[in-house]
Amino acid sequence: MSTVTADNAGQAHTRRNAIEERVLRVLRPITIVLLIAIAVLPFWYMLVLSFRPLDNVLQSPGRLFFTPDEFDPSTYVDVLKSADDGGQGFLTFIRNSLLVGIGTVILSLLVAIPGAYAVSRLEFFGRRKISALFLAIYFFPSILLAVPLFVFYTRIGLRGSLFGLLFVYVAQVVAVSIYMLRNYFDTIPQSLEEAAAIDGASRVQVMRRISLPLAMPAIVSNGLFIFMIAWNEFLFALLFLVERRDNWTVSLGLSQLSGSIEVPTTTLMAGSVILTLPIIVLFFISERWLTGGLTAGAEKG
Amino acid sequence: MSTELVTPSSGSGDTRGRGSSSGPGVRRGRRKKSVQAAEEARTGLAFISPTLIIVLVMVVLPILWTVSLAFQKIKLLDLRNAGIIGDYTLDNFAAVLTSGGFLQALLTTLAYSVFGTALALAVGLVAALALRKPFRGRGLVRAVLLLPYVAPVVAAAFVWSTALNPQYGIVNDWGQGLLGWQEPIAFLSSRSDDLSILGLDIGVPTALLTVIAFEAWRSFPFAFLFLTARLEAMPDTFEEAAVIDGATPLQRFRYIVFPQLWPTLAVLSVLRFIWTFNNFDDIYLLTGGGAGTEVVAVRVFNYLTARYDIGAAAAQALVLAAILAVLVLVYLKLFGRSEDAA
Repeated sequence: MSTVTADNAGQAHTRRNAIEERVLRVLRPITIVLLIAIAVLPFWYMLVLSFRPLDNVLQSPGRLFFTPDEFDPSTYVDVLKSADDGGQGFLTFIRNSLLVGIGTVILSLLVAIPGAYAVSRLEFFGRRKISALFLAIYFFPSILLAVPLFVFYTRIGLRGSLFGLLFVYVAQVVAVSIYMLRNYFDTIPQSLEEAAAIDGASRVQVMRRISLPLAMPAIVSNGLFIFMIAWNEFLFALLFLVERRDNWTVSLGLSQLSGSIEVPTTTLMAGSVILTLPIIVLFFISERWLTGGLTAGAEKG
Repeated sequence: MSTELVTPSSGSGDTRGRGSSSGPGVRRGRRKKSVQAAEEARTGLAFISPTLIIVLVMVVLPILWTVSLAFQKIKLLDLRNAGIIGDYTLDNFAAVLTSGGFLQALLTTLAYSVFGTALALAVGLVAALALRKPFRGRGLVRAVLLLPYVAPVVAAAFVWSTALNPQYGIVNDWGQGLLGWQEPIAFLSSRSDDLSILGLDIGVPTALLTVIAFEAWRSFPFAFLFLTARLEAMPDTFEEAAVIDGATPLQRFRYIVFPQLWPTLAVLSVLRFIWTFNNFDDIYLLTGGGAGTEVVAVRVFNYLTARYDIGAAAAQALVLAAILAVLVLVYLKLFGRSEDAA
């Protein structure tokens, strides 16, 4: 480059800049459209298949839409009806998933709210070690826990019960829940609580009247989040409940039925929609808070 | 893996905790009277103890028990006679480590984790960069891109295995109709296919590549989320200065944006690697571990539920955890510095 005059180099550079900018201007929207397609099309495909009659799917498998005359919602009736009435019994699975999900949320929050408050506000022996312990839990392979819990539950006869599953879920989410709630408690100014304490309120009163109402948005989002985890969970449901069809969760029910050839794919697609839809709705309700909360730490350079 | 969905907050919680609790003057309790300090300590322990008990009973004790089980020859049927003290032996480990099946599963796990992680991070990075400049509806697009990550794994795996089905799947239909494939590809049940590129026939592990692609599809939103947060927090000044100095877009990425993303990418690669390494759901649901996709987690599950061979299952799970721990420690040793920066 040293032989080229500064002017020429400048021109070559401007040209390179212009080319790069033009290429990127074309590539960017293409990339965005591709990414949206990758993320959305599978779910759209799921929805379309759940409404198309099986014969039409077999004849023209490549269609990504359904015509009004082939619109067929009977798959949803089939999949929801109980097995005794010739259906797949998803209504029972939904009830089970709701029981486990809501139970996990209530129990986890009951345990995690005081825990998070303690880790955020109170100085006690081993406080930092406890945080480290919780962090370590995330990195343990669930499959490592699967072996002893399977053996233990078999032995005490809790395998097959929703109650047993609920405890595993609470143990899995409680540490995470404490982390998320603690982050929120940390953002509440301590001066508010101190003012109440000066006015003679006890620790528990302060917590109930001041800290909890202030943290309510975080608690609600955290609850939704725990529910989503319990609803989606597969490994432990499979391990504990597989022999008890009446106790299957929606996830487990779908996975078990998709292995059999007797149930039509379109019916199972209706089951997939039933499994996925609540999660998508909850996700869009809590999305703003979740994504903000999830990445709060990443912003610190 | 149920906690996986959540765990980004653990990362952030950790960073936060490190920042706030070690910072001087943040803990205010220091100068309080000792009575108050004692009361605080009591309340703190009382508040945290339900969590501790649950974690102890449901996580810590079971893990210790796994260690004990791994050193015993034990099947589910003889469980009633087995106590904490049994006949300890190294047989399980000897059998596990010398069997070709386990080593093969370990290699598959490694390939699955390395390529799955790399692909997820690459797609996540492209997505974060493509959505960097604001446009109308960007918020919605961002939310929509997270769908593969939040959707139930069972539904996602089912819809993909239907789409990839050789008889009535949409992918093979389009592949044959639009892309001119000679015959349908058995994406999930074919161990290897010959792919001819430029006249060369190359053996390709079809099913393994498919589960890797599925893993990348499911977890790229995680990388996207974190990288987007990092990009948003990045000061504009350096790039503005670079524009004035005449840096082209690629140069700005190479010399300004990428170095600032590097620590985040390093953290993400560790997290994703760990979770992919332990992953059970995706492969079990897609292939059941067949067609050359058996990873260690699936193998452990099969030993446990099909053979009721508890000792061997526990031993394999322990070896998996140990190898993971070693890999992560080596990684932290090598790249520990950039980790701190994040």
